[in-house]
Amino acid sequence: MPLLEVKNLQVRVEEREILHGLSLTVNKGEVHAIMGPNGSGKSTLSHVIAGKPGYEVTGGEILFNGEDLLEMSPDARAAKGVFLAFQYPVEIPGVATMTFLRTALNAQRKARGEGEYSTPDFLKKVREVAARLNIPQEMLRRGVNVGFSGGEKKRNEVLQMALFEPSLCILDEMDSGLDIDALRVAADGVNALRSPDRAMVVITHYQRLLNYIVPDFVHVMSKGRVVKSGGKELALELEASGYAQFEDAA
Amino acid sequence: MAAVQETVDRVRRIDVDQYRYGFETVIESDKAPKGLSEDTVRFISAKKNEPAWMLEWRLEAYRRWLTMTEPKWARVNYPKIDYQDLYYYSAPKPKKQISSLDEIDPEILKTYEKLGIPLREVEVLEGVVRPEGERRIAVDAVFDSVSVATTFQKELKQAGVIFMPISEAIREHPDLVKKYLGTVVPTSDNYFATLNSAVFSDGSFVYVPPGVRCPMELSTYFRINERNTGQFERTLIIADKGAYVSYLEGCTAPQRDENQLHAAVVELVTLDDAEIKYSTVQNWYPGNSEGVGGIYNFVTKRGDCRGNNSKISWTQVETGSAITWKYPSCILRGDNSRGEFYSIAISNGHQQVDSGTKMIHLGKNTTSRIISKGIAAGVSQNTYRGLVTAHRKATGARNFTACDSLLIGDKCGAHTVPYIEAKNSSALFEHEATTSKISEDVLFYCVQRGLSQEEAVGLVVNGFVKDVLQQLPMEFAVEAQKLISISLEGSVG
Ligand SMILES: Nc1ncnc2c1ncn2[C@@H]1O[C@H](COP(=O)(O)OP(=O)(O)OP(=O)(O)O)[C@@H](O)[C@H]1O
Ligand SMILES: [Mg+2]
Repeated sequence: MPLLEVKNLQVRVEEREILHGLSLTVNKGEVHAIMGPNGSGKSTLSHVIAGKPGYEVTGGEILFNGEDLLEMSPDARAAKGVFLAFQYPVEIPGVATMTFLRTALNAQRKARGEGEYSTPDFLKKVREVAARLNIPQEMLRRGVNVGFSGGEKKRNEVLQMALFEPSLCILDEMDSGLDIDALRVAADGVNALRSPDRAMVVITHYQRLLNYIVPDFVHVMSKGRVVKSGGKELALELEASGYAQFEDAA
Repeated sequence: MAAVQETVDRVRRIDVDQYRYGFETVIESDKAPKGLSEDTVRFISAKKNEPAWMLEWRLEAYRRWLTMTEPKWARVNYPKIDYQDLYYYSAPKPKKQISSLDEIDPEILKTYEKLGIPLREVEVLEGVVRPEGERRIAVDAVFDSVSVATTFQKELKQAGVIFMPISEAIREHPDLVKKYLGTVVPTSDNYFATLNSAVFSDGSFVYVPPGVRCPMELSTYFRINERNTGQFERTLIIADKGAYVSYLEGCTAPQRDENQLHAAVVELVTLDDAEIKYSTVQNWYPGNSEGVGGIYNFVTKRGDCRGNNSKISWTQVETGSAITWKYPSCILRGDNSRGEFYSIAISNGHQQVDSGTKMIHLGKNTTSRIISKGIAAGVSQNTYRGLVTAHRKATGARNFTACDSLLIGDKCGAHTVPYIEAKNSSALFEHEATTSKISEDVLFYCVQRGLSQEEAVGLVVNGFVKDVLQQLPMEFAVEAQKLISISLEGSVG
């Protein structure tokens, strides 16, 4: 059974159809890249999978491990293993990152009927993961993303990914706003999470990221549809010739 | 029709036997007759075995009250209160002594649990009899109008601290009470304070002698257990020269469906180099989802930094009540004295909050700090009203004010009404104010990470109020944090 199956998905935002019958199948262990011009609907797809309010699904379905994802609340989806790394992670003043991580992790565990982590166990786990990602302890005491640099925010997303151990990671333009070094650290963090039990959907505009996170499949989106799918060489092709050739296909 | 008429009718049906023997026999009963008159005042005074001077003091207040009218300037709306439709005194039903919490209504226990109140405290509150323990919080529990439980007297006595129901203090320490009562909030101060002066039922009295640091946090749990009984608490706290005391006041009122008038008065006095820290967590019944019922909370709280280098700090977490009308204030009389006001005021459903503070700078080099966090949800209205003034002689006065409001949803309102008056040019007042809406993107971020919508709101709000929560003593901060989440339940769709 595929991990994620998006079938003929149609989505409207404020009376306007954005996704016009999009299909995508992702199996465990795979890394998929989604590329496509601005406004083609990439973020919309990721938001609908994660359950962001404000989108009206008018047709099609999304199955996650065979279950109807659209029936679930966004927090239930998170507990089932859907993780979305945001293009622009928000700031939450006054809420220490450490507190946030623990609250979220325990909420997920509770929803799955697992016991909450004890404080020492939790601290041990966070410290371990943070060290791997070059995240200083001091950052974890600060408010969530408050005053973090672009790179730190992205690393904080990867930190959460590593901590929550989701089965599906969607990364929406995690390369935007990162310098080369920051990109490498974040990409290494993501690569460390590649596993036969986990799939990744990497949304990006640039081939560069895919040099670090090498995908198994590349999909080109245009005007609310997947218009072409292929292997990692498709990304190179795009880099050379741009999206124009696919615009017509849509 | 008066707001309480229906209640009164109901009570009348139930209590008709109790009152048919009239005033003479009623004095033996637990309740004063309905309505307010000189007789009511005499009844209360007699119930408390008060000395003549106290009765005179009350009667004077009562006569003054008759000449006054209810203030109308606050941004709150409520049906007209018929003061003759209320009861002004009720003794607590003697708490049945029980030996374990198993005998308590599970529903009540659930509320305590949600609040995270330690079981041992619940035991005290619910009257579980246990051998004298090592508890570090002295609880002078006020059930209804009379203080019924006082613990830790011994340790306090050793330190020379007086902590007792004010009704006892009137009898046992008349000189102290006479010297300070009504000197911060005069009997003529305002409509509700004057009413309180006439009919106050009970409350706490604290005196910390010179140079003494009170050995424990003093805590009082106020609860209303009886329907339709106006609550008129009176609290007086004095920190003598160089003394320090931290006082916690909190309440968890059970669900009820009538409006209840609550008009408390709290007076604080600090002499030279003394400090009082007064913390409140207020959780009166706010009314149901239609806005019916709920407590009317008209409170006068004022501290007088009478001595040089003295300090008074108010911290409040206001989550309950249908109507909140409350402005804990500081009179900075002594040179170099300092006043602080840290406030979290949450309104949800149909609640109306009009709260803030007054910092009156009279002495030289006096400083004050105001941090106010207002959170409005549902169809509630939340107003910060503040006054900062510097007297001609208050050279070098300094104030910093920061008022932040957070709106949850688009049917609620937040308002900031600051008044600033500096009568001398060396005063330096800073004022900052922000109003923001809780961000959908922030909520979605939290929910994507596994928090429920309500947990997400709770988390974001707790972050918003963190600066103020930090001012609370540890055990209260934890409780307050939970209370904030509980009080915002159902605020998001
Ligand atoms: N809330 C909204 N209201 C109206 N239109 C919206 C809304 N959200 C998205 N859209 C529209 O849907 C289309 C797809 O947007 P989306 O953000 O999914 O594109 P994208 O592929 O992620 O683009 P980019 O590469 O720039 O991030 C755009 O035309 C956008 O204007
Ligand atoms: Mg996008």
